[in-house]
Amino acid sequence: MGAGTVVIGTGQAGFQTAASLREQGYQEPITLIGEEPYIPYHRPPLSKGFQVGQQDFESIELRPGKFYQNHRIELVLAQRVAAIDRATKRVTLGSGAQIPYEKLVLAVGARNRVLPIRGAELDGVLSLRTLDEAVVLKERLANAREIVVIGGGFIGLEVASVACTMGKQVTVLEALPRLMSRAVAPVVSEFYEKLHTSKGVKVICGATVSEIAGASGCVQKVLLAGGAAFAADLVLVGIGVAPNVELAREAGLRVTNGIAVNEFLQTDDPDILAIGDCAEHPCVFAGARVRLESVQNAAEQAQCAAATIAGRRDPYRALPWFWTDQYDVKLQMAGISLGHDQIVMRGKPESLKFSVFYFRAGRLAAIDSINRPVDHMMGRRLIAAGIPVSLEEAADESVDLKLLAHRGAQHAVHPPA
Amino acid sequence: MPKVIYISAKGEAREIEVPVGTTVMAAALKNGIDGIVAECGGVCMCSTCHVFVDEKFFGMLPPAQDTEEAVLEIAAVERQPTSRLSCQIKVTDALDGLLVRLPEKQR
Repeated sequence: MGAGTVVIGTGQAGFQTAASLREQGYQEPITLIGEEPYIPYHRPPLSKGFQVGQQDFESIELRPGKFYQNHRIELVLAQRVAAIDRATKRVTLGSGAQIPYEKLVLAVGARNRVLPIRGAELDGVLSLRTLDEAVVLKERLANAREIVVIGGGFIGLEVASVACTMGKQVTVLEALPRLMSRAVAPVVSEFYEKLHTSKGVKVICGATVSEIAGASGCVQKVLLAGGAAFAADLVLVGIGVAPNVELAREAGLRVTNGIAVNEFLQTDDPDILAIGDCAEHPCVFAGARVRLESVQNAAEQAQCAAATIAGRRDPYRALPWFWTDQYDVKLQMAGISLGHDQIVMRGKPESLKFSVFYFRAGRLAAIDSINRPVDHMMGRRLIAAGIPVSLEEAADESVDLKLLAHRGAQHAVHPPA
Repeated sequence: MPKVIYISAKGEAREIEVPVGTTVMAAALKNGIDGIVAECGGVCMCSTCHVFVDEKFFGMLPPAQDTEEAVLEIAAVERQPTSRLSCQIKVTDALDGLLVRLPEKQR
């Protein structure tokens, strides 16, 4: 038996790689190495159900502990990987121990960006990515009264909605002119600003945070460059992530806006793959190389990586999708709206049920759906299969997207590979 | 404790005791039932916990919400009249003996 596959990272991507390898009949050893001391778990609930006590650790485990024994997946937890030696095909752990590999999968994820300002280190200034951070946030939220969320992206707004629902006074400070601006169209940002405001959250866009001030090491207020100050006994910083590329870079692998991989998710070293939040890959649905941070991307790239390792050459071409839950509103996103040049709406924001259809060069590129799950699911089919949809059809509520998806299957034009 | 019977696509049955309030999906994962993937963790974003509910029990379940109905449309194995997402079925005493069949693939 050979050295098998070593997977660095115990997030959804790392877990799924190991699980898919076994599903596909891979017999060699599999070692899953993670920095966190926990078996792999779902991260999305950490900013949602976990905070309100609907879910505990057991309910967010991706699989129970015995799954790993049953499938001969060796878990090496609470261990940092210090280096990759490509010449001898070994990884060196922080402890100095070495593990040989035949195939190596970098599912190393990303880390939260840190606010480069004074006061960011104060007690009560939190961020959220890991279970440990979620536990701290939950404990602190219970006793907090005034919460300032820095960053109006998915994580910040999900935490804002949870805190607001708990009856806390919440302020969201976003540096850009609108909420979730990296992901959605202005009409969706506007909808969410109104939603949060209607619940009592103070939303301030275009806000440049200059300092976090405190006393005796504890946070007291957040200051803006313009002089405004917001009292806070808890600050949640959610200003995006940076991919963990250092290990790959030090191993001499190419790094762009992430660890660079080809359509089979291999780095420049064909025995080393990179997947999930850390990997920049060619995406047919964006028509560009992108790095995506999502469950879908992690899980489906893992399946593709497992296929590559098993010797199948199936290029990665899964349709990206995302979601965020805030209050009782579900935003579902299908496709990549990057570079869109036309937008049409189906339904009206006032009805709390609408979708935004994004077109790029005359073709449907993405759909954001608010409380319109059929649009989202049929949208996935339409975009994934390259079924032609006109602007008029998208905007006309009497056009049944389900019929379009079925009918169009015959006329499908796949996106250029 | 109520029992749930899972029948794999190959026809193998497994009977599991499931605490009231637990979902059919969660109980499957906890007990190592292959054939339930649950990629999204139970939020109706993927269809990888799709099951066919035995007709005798189907009518006893609370009806599917819009989100679940929409997801069933994209299931890897085409939905049937008694298709449900197992993450949306909470076990109750009345559902003792609930029988679900697993599709041959989930993605």
